[in-house]
Amino acid sequence: MIISARGLRKDFTVHRKVGRFRRERTVVSAVDGVDLTVERGEMVGYIGPNGAGKSTTLKMLTGVLSPSGGEVQVCGLEPVAKRTTLAKRIGVVFGQRSQLWWDLPLGESFSLLRHIYRVPETDHTARLKQCTELLALDEFIHTPVRQLSLGQRMRGELTAALLHGPEVLFLDEPTIGLDVLSKQAVRTFLSELDTRGDTTVVLTTHDLADIEKLCRRLVVIDHGKVVHDGTVDELHSRYRSRRTIVADLELPWPDGLTLPGAVVTAVEAEGRRVTLTLDGTAAGEVVAALAKAVPLRDLSVQEPDIEDVIARLYRDDN
Amino acid sequence: MAESPFGVYARIVRAQVRSQVQYRASFLLEVFGSMATNALDIASVFVLFSVAGGLGGFSGTEVMLMAALSAGAFATADMVVGNVDKLREYVRSGLFDSLLLRPLSSLAQLAALTFALRRSGRALQGMVFYVVALCVADIHWTVGRVLCAVFAPISGTVFFISLFVAGASVAFWWIESGEIANAFTYGGRDFTAYPNNMYGGWFRDFFTLGIGFGFVAYFPALALLGKSDPLGLPDWLLWFSPVVAVIAACLASLLWRVGVRHYRSTGS
Amino acid sequence: MAHAQVALVAAGFRRYSTYRQATVAGAFTNTVFGFLRCYILLSVAATAGGSVAGYDGPQLVSYVWIGQGVLAVVNAWVMLDLAERVRTGDVVADLLRPIDPLWTYLCTDLGRSGFAMLTRFVGPVLVGALAFGLYVPANPLTYLLAPLSILFAVVVGFACRYLIGLSAFWTLDIRGTSMLWVFLSGFAGGLYFPLAILPEWLKTTLWVATPFPALMQAPLDVLVERGGVPNMLLVCASQATWCAVTLFACKRVQARAMRKLVLQGG
Repeated sequence: MIISARGLRKDFTVHRKVGRFRRERTVVSAVDGVDLTVERGEMVGYIGPNGAGKSTTLKMLTGVLSPSGGEVQVCGLEPVAKRTTLAKRIGVVFGQRSQLWWDLPLGESFSLLRHIYRVPETDHTARLKQCTELLALDEFIHTPVRQLSLGQRMRGELTAALLHGPEVLFLDEPTIGLDVLSKQAVRTFLSELDTRGDTTVVLTTHDLADIEKLCRRLVVIDHGKVVHDGTVDELHSRYRSRRTIVADLELPWPDGLTLPGAVVTAVEAEGRRVTLTLDGTAAGEVVAALAKAVPLRDLSVQEPDIEDVIARLYRDDN
Repeated sequence: MAESPFGVYARIVRAQVRSQVQYRASFLLEVFGSMATNALDIASVFVLFSVAGGLGGFSGTEVMLMAALSAGAFATADMVVGNVDKLREYVRSGLFDSLLLRPLSSLAQLAALTFALRRSGRALQGMVFYVVALCVADIHWTVGRVLCAVFAPISGTVFFISLFVAGASVAFWWIESGEIANAFTYGGRDFTAYPNNMYGGWFRDFFTLGIGFGFVAYFPALALLGKSDPLGLPDWLLWFSPVVAVIAACLASLLWRVGVRHYRSTGS
Repeated sequence: MAHAQVALVAAGFRRYSTYRQATVAGAFTNTVFGFLRCYILLSVAATAGGSVAGYDGPQLVSYVWIGQGVLAVVNAWVMLDLAERVRTGDVVADLLRPIDPLWTYLCTDLGRSGFAMLTRFVGPVLVGALAFGLYVPANPLTYLLAPLSILFAVVVGFACRYLIGLSAFWTLDIRGTSMLWVFLSGFAGGLYFPLAILPEWLKTTLWVATPFPALMQAPLDVLVERGGVPNMLLVCASQATWCAVTLFACKRVQARAMRKLVLQGG
């Protein structure tokens, strides 16, 4: 296993003003006993609400923050103690912290990074070529970073994080604030990376579409603790999330009509659109029953919305 | 081809300089501006000198030697690490993260990233001034004094670098420390420019010996001139500048390392 | 003063009173420099027979320590955020308000200097008084003129920085100008040594032709009653003149800047 954390903790001392001059010290655990193991080649989504401790965990895994307690090893190294050794073996994209030189063309940042990470020229050229193709860097590689759009910059950041061929890639909110096209480019690139299978990826995100499209495994953290660790499907079955059928009808939905195996959850458009939530019965049976009851114009079966599940999960927790 | 670590830093500095000189007019103005400031610092010493016809019982060339040593050492340190107090902004914004994510020393990166080429004119000016001061001062050269003349500016520079780094490190604990470090960096420059026996009381003891400012210019200048401290410090102490510089450097790097461990990486 | 102005001054005061740690740090730094300069000048005075350029011991102590306090109150080294607002275009919002931005900025700065007076002035001056003993003005008139003179210094310092801020309408990058200003206001304002040390011609030129002495040397000379009542009145009058001249310049330059903004759309 390439990442292992056991009982990982980070406490912050917070000073709060009490009255006019007195201040009160309270200790807040941003990360409160996280156990996490990641195998080589996995792609793991690490999610949670704001302030749940996602970034703090990532910072401890990358050697930026020293843990207050617990054990952690990445690539077999203790991150803080072996920071510079580890840095050569991991790649990091922290959405708001640029690795690039603001006033220099993107390409120059890349060649500086080659020297900083001591990457052999041939390896560097090969990797840069690959990234250039996949991320379409050609258009802006000679543009100073400060003039790049957010999407272009993020593509640059991804390249910068991968040029030294890291074993693990940590991504903190890689799609935040990006336009639709850039988001897609980033996701396609990451799933390409996943298919090749030689890079382990841990990513935090607010955008659950990232998770659905990319990660088989999902780790959910809340209040500094892991509340779910498993596949997306496991999450759904654990929280019994339901599929829904949305049907457009030729005639208005008859009042009071019920179907076996489903519950009517919404009637809209003057009765001509109805939403049914399945209770576990196969969709086919319900659709057949529906077609018999009313003339159908159009119909779609929707997978459970992960966002709802997560929202429910956070609510339960509170 | 393996490159020395120094070569990597040199590349970062060059990249930094390239982005600075993009704003050419501003850059030139700042080069000359900082040289003028430096000249003025030294001029202030001489304005006061001319009023009294001597400072602390020392003659013109002797005072010049001290002022030049102080100016040279400070300006060189200022060029190399004078901007590390930007650490405050790096810590406040969390930008310091990106330095910790690279396989290089965070301090050296910060120094390279904030390297101020525009202060090079001033450093050069300070060193030229020192050489002139050595030539005109009344020095009976011995091997020991030649070594002292060589090592004094180096020790002074290392001492000021340590001071800048220690002052910046405070930001790891206290982000709003504001200009407090200036009291010792810029304050130290002013303090060391004058013969230290002009100061009095605990203030003199604390700054000259407690912090060690005496070892930047005053003590080495006395050693070069073959004079004793008018206030009666033993003569052997005057030769200790390199030792003090090494101690200061160790303390500063220790403080920095403890500070990095204490870094909280807020701001996101 | 109208309601709005009073509110602006109060807002400036309150805003700076929240920077508590920076205030302590600043006062500490001023205190260190106070000790430094004070010892140097006293030592020079001792060698030169008891006085420097007509200032005796206690007057020198006052010159140094009150100088450190006035430095923080005038705050000439810290640029207004006007230039930054010009650069970002936010200044348009200032110009659209019913109050002239010149008065908005002035009132805010007066509020700031009021807070600085209570903290960064009082702190170092108290330390100086305890450690060395300050000059105690004998004439009751001084106690009236000194606050007036400090107020004038704040206004002149503000107006000059406002002009530099306005220059951003034409040059955008004001780093060079700011540097020149910091350099001149320190040297020609009397921060490093009393201007009286300088040769007669240079001294006269600075007092007559530049606003710099009005920033520091003027209030300090009033506080140590240099040259007696006639000279003190003359100093205050010259400060008042510089207030009028610089504020008038601000008005004119601002009007041109607005025309430029209207014509070129920023």
